[in-house]
Amino acid sequence: MYASQTEYQRAGSVQEAVALLAGNEDAKVLAGGHSLIPLMKLRLASPSLLVDIGHVDELNCGISCNDGTISISSLTTHAEIASSDIVKRDSPMLAEAAGMVGDPAVRNRGTIGGNLAHSDPASDLPTVLTALGASINITGPGGSRSECVSGFIQGLMENNLGSDEIITSIDVCAKQANQGMAYAKLSHPASRYAVVGAAASVTIEGGTVTAASVAVGGVESAPTVGSSVAACLVGNAPTDAALDEAAAAICNDIGDDVLSDIFATEDYRKAMAVVYTRRALGCAVECAG
Amino acid sequence: MTTRIFGSGIRRREDPRLITGRASYTDDIRLPGTVHAAILRSPYAHANITSIDTSAAACQPGVIAVYTGADIEGHLNPIPCAWHIPDSNLIMPDHPAIAKDKVRYVGDAVAVVVAENRYQAEDALEHIDVDYEPLDATINPKASTMDGAPQVHDDVPNNIAFKWTVAGGEIDEAFEKADVVVKDTITLQRLIPNAMEPRSAVAQYVAATGNLTLWATTQNPHIARFLSSVVTGVGEHKVRVIAPEVGGGFGSKIPYYADEAITSFCAMQLGVPVKWTETRSENYQATIHGRDHVEELEMAATNDGEILGLRTTVYAGLGGYLSTAAPGVPTILHGLMYSGAYHIPAVHGDIYGVFTNATPVDAYRGAGRPEATTLVERLVDLVAAETGIDPVEVRRRNLIEAFEENQDVSTGIVYDSGDYEAALDKAVDHIGYADLREKQAAMRAEGKHIGIGVCSYVEICGLGPSQVAGAVGFQGGLWESAIVRFHPTGKVHVMIGSSPHGQGEETTFAQILAGELGVPVDDVDVIHGDTDNTPMGWGTYGSRTTAVSGAAIALASRKIKDKATTLAAHLLEADAADIEYDDGKFFVKGSPDEHKTIQDIALMANVAWDMPEGMDPGLEASAFYDPPNFTYPFGTHIAVVELDTTTGQIELKKYVAVDDCGVQINPMIVEGQVHGGVVQGTGPVLWEGAVYDDDGQLLTGSLLDYAMPRADNFPDIEVLSNTTASPHHPLGVKGIGEAGTIASTAAVYNAAMDVLRPLGVNSVDMPLTPTKVWQAINQAQNGG
Repeated sequence: MYASQTEYQRAGSVQEAVALLAGNEDAKVLAGGHSLIPLMKLRLASPSLLVDIGHVDELNCGISCNDGTISISSLTTHAEIASSDIVKRDSPMLAEAAGMVGDPAVRNRGTIGGNLAHSDPASDLPTVLTALGASINITGPGGSRSECVSGFIQGLMENNLGSDEIITSIDVCAKQANQGMAYAKLSHPASRYAVVGAAASVTIEGGTVTAASVAVGGVESAPTVGSSVAACLVGNAPTDAALDEAAAAICNDIGDDVLSDIFATEDYRKAMAVVYTRRALGCAVECAG
Repeated sequence: MTTRIFGSGIRRREDPRLITGRASYTDDIRLPGTVHAAILRSPYAHANITSIDTSAAACQPGVIAVYTGADIEGHLNPIPCAWHIPDSNLIMPDHPAIAKDKVRYVGDAVAVVVAENRYQAEDALEHIDVDYEPLDATINPKASTMDGAPQVHDDVPNNIAFKWTVAGGEIDEAFEKADVVVKDTITLQRLIPNAMEPRSAVAQYVAATGNLTLWATTQNPHIARFLSSVVTGVGEHKVRVIAPEVGGGFGSKIPYYADEAITSFCAMQLGVPVKWTETRSENYQATIHGRDHVEELEMAATNDGEILGLRTTVYAGLGGYLSTAAPGVPTILHGLMYSGAYHIPAVHGDIYGVFTNATPVDAYRGAGRPEATTLVERLVDLVAAETGIDPVEVRRRNLIEAFEENQDVSTGIVYDSGDYEAALDKAVDHIGYADLREKQAAMRAEGKHIGIGVCSYVEICGLGPSQVAGAVGFQGGLWESAIVRFHPTGKVHVMIGSSPHGQGEETTFAQILAGELGVPVDDVDVIHGDTDNTPMGWGTYGSRTTAVSGAAIALASRKIKDKATTLAAHLLEADAADIEYDDGKFFVKGSPDEHKTIQDIALMANVAWDMPEGMDPGLEASAFYDPPNFTYPFGTHIAVVELDTTTGQIELKKYVAVDDCGVQINPMIVEGQVHGGVVQGTGPVLWEGAVYDDDGQLLTGSLLDYAMPRADNFPDIEVLSNTTASPHHPLGVKGIGEAGTIASTAAVYNAAMDVLRPLGVNSVDMPLTPTKVWQAINQAQNGG
């Protein structure tokens, strides 16, 4: 761990953090540090200024649920999300996925805001939050804005967060009574990141799927939105055959640029997208029942 | 009772300090005035260095010195290889500590910066300007021997550092008369040892005395002193090597590395202490790797499954240079074990040691023996498949019968003692093998796939007779010595030349003392790791520390008992012949109440007020132990795996280990060694492996990509044992440090291939990652 020299400033408020970022294009936000610090120690990132937001109270308000919306402060750790009674009750897939991130040390330090800001395609939370239709609240010099996760993430570790903007919180709709959700993941044996991670949410009324949402991570540079899968399901009974067919439809949603590395080829990732989508759908349907 | 402790599973005394972070490692050494070195490493696997400019680096803040390959000339001798295997045309090209004209792997040292702190040193590295002329790289050990492959060393044609042959029996005849010949090519891929503590060195040179002190992460401080002296030119009597706490080694801390020489050189040039500690990324590039075999195999057998012969051609990757013990690993520690636990009348193996543009390869836990056991056991399973005889039955038909002493095998070595079938029986009974096979068939009918893998192994450890070491070209001895010293209060110091670093011998060696002399185990401290206060010894590797050092301690203890008996007789005014000993007490036969304890005797010997005529004061003995033979632990491991055919994932579901390591001093530590070994040997079957691209870039360059086995990958490992004492060892012990690694690779690999065979898949290179398995299944289903 021999990072290049860097300045360090601890921000006391969102406003102060944004001002510090605006004053230095090369600055990076330090939250839990679990994505940034490893890059710095390998000198793959050498920011001239670290703006530490870890002590900004506004960003550390924890988790609340009002009027069917769960609001999660951006500094909330994966461990806090995984163990939150609110999240476990109202968005169990999110709690489950947060509990699968890295290892206990990572979960105790890593934050949901930092995770989204890093936009790693193999990360669990962006996939799950995409399927949940979550929105991200962002503050910059010009004020605040809100963005859905699928619009926010634009590519491999690319998103539309400005260099002087900060994620303040994430909003997720609380689960309906007849809604089931599940996340199924093929982990990389070393990093435990998702080689393929499929998130599915299904609402069933009177034996028919009335709403569905699917996202798959790890396959493309940003979470794949499974709109074909959802379209295939809605209006039909969730039989095994219907779920098989719907899962296979994920291939229609996957573009041409499939990720590939020494562990998993393009073909394998695509095939596993189907397998894990099917698994997630199966669990989601079970939970909805 | 604290004294009846030999053979009991007492807790490891090392653990509290190790697991609470209170142990002190090399990087924790903080000498006043220490400066810090960082090493510039080649980003190319193979390149000529056309120029190097350090002037800008030298001007950076805090920089004290910058040295290149030109600067060490005349100061540092080449890094030696210390295992000169005979009859192999071994070529040993020079290995300069810092490359001057050519780099041969990514990680080869090119320059060193010394600065006031490590951050400054790292910053300055970025200001060294090196012009490289990149050359084609060669990585695969077999491909590297082909005509036209890039030449790693100009004076080594076809990159062949040596060709060594093991041969015994009539091999051609065996294959001629065979009903069945099975063949396979398997790869035992490169592995990264991943000791928890990366390597580190602190060097201090005092010009006034000419003394060089090197604190280093070494498994063998006395060898490090020897080689340090050879490389730096400082007399061996002026070199002190200290291995403080060493956080694991698995063989990777046996070699004497360029980095230690460079650190010593800097300290000698600058006259201040210099510290260097590698980062994990650096560890992946600059610390030795293990294995890297391409093995072409065939076995001849009868229709009844009787093995007639074994023939191999093995290409063993050595990396860019010959590491300290590298030539001995794929030869002596590998080829000589080709008979396994069986009567194999004829063996023939041609083993090529091959230079490649990758990190040097050396001994890694098991060192040659997992590579041998896996090939033998794979072939036995292939014979079973070909003849239609159950794999356990094939083993049973070929196992060497129980023997108490000296069994010759066709490779020319002599096994010490064994009851191989007893171990097989125990494993088979425990796991319910016959039922398991039935269950396997029933599950398959339901579309579920489990595989069962058996490995019956014998390994060679307790290295070893020094005369043999010399005969096989090892440039050192393999004996150990121990000093046992009783203090006036009856407390004991045991000083040894070997250097435990996680194996638990501070505990087990105290247990030997307790067993031999009845001393409470907590009254014994084991001193090791510092060449200035320990007797000569050749180090901790090859499952030899308990077998060899432990024997020296037992012999020294027995000398003490003899002296104590004489002194007790004198103090009790009796004849020595009438003195009896029981559990730390000496007394006249029939009068146990009027006894002298060993502590009484320690006090009287140390004050020496009333010694027998001619007896020296003190209660201390030293002993040397040069083993008459190696020891040969053995056993049978059985693994059960389950395959998910849709994803290609293979999961280890059950594991039974039956090991016979001779007499056990501490069964809990034995069990722990088996657990760790099984995990370490399973890793490469399912997850683990170093991957280079064609340019010689290490793609698995960090723990993000290099998959270590983890606790949640494993079921409970069920550990059982038998005890067949080594006939030639003073305590009957054999060794257990590597057995788990040696057996488990073969057991899990056989289980994986067992589950794949019915699907038409007969070959998948390790590690059997989901992608590879899925592809192989698809290929087989699509008609291959």
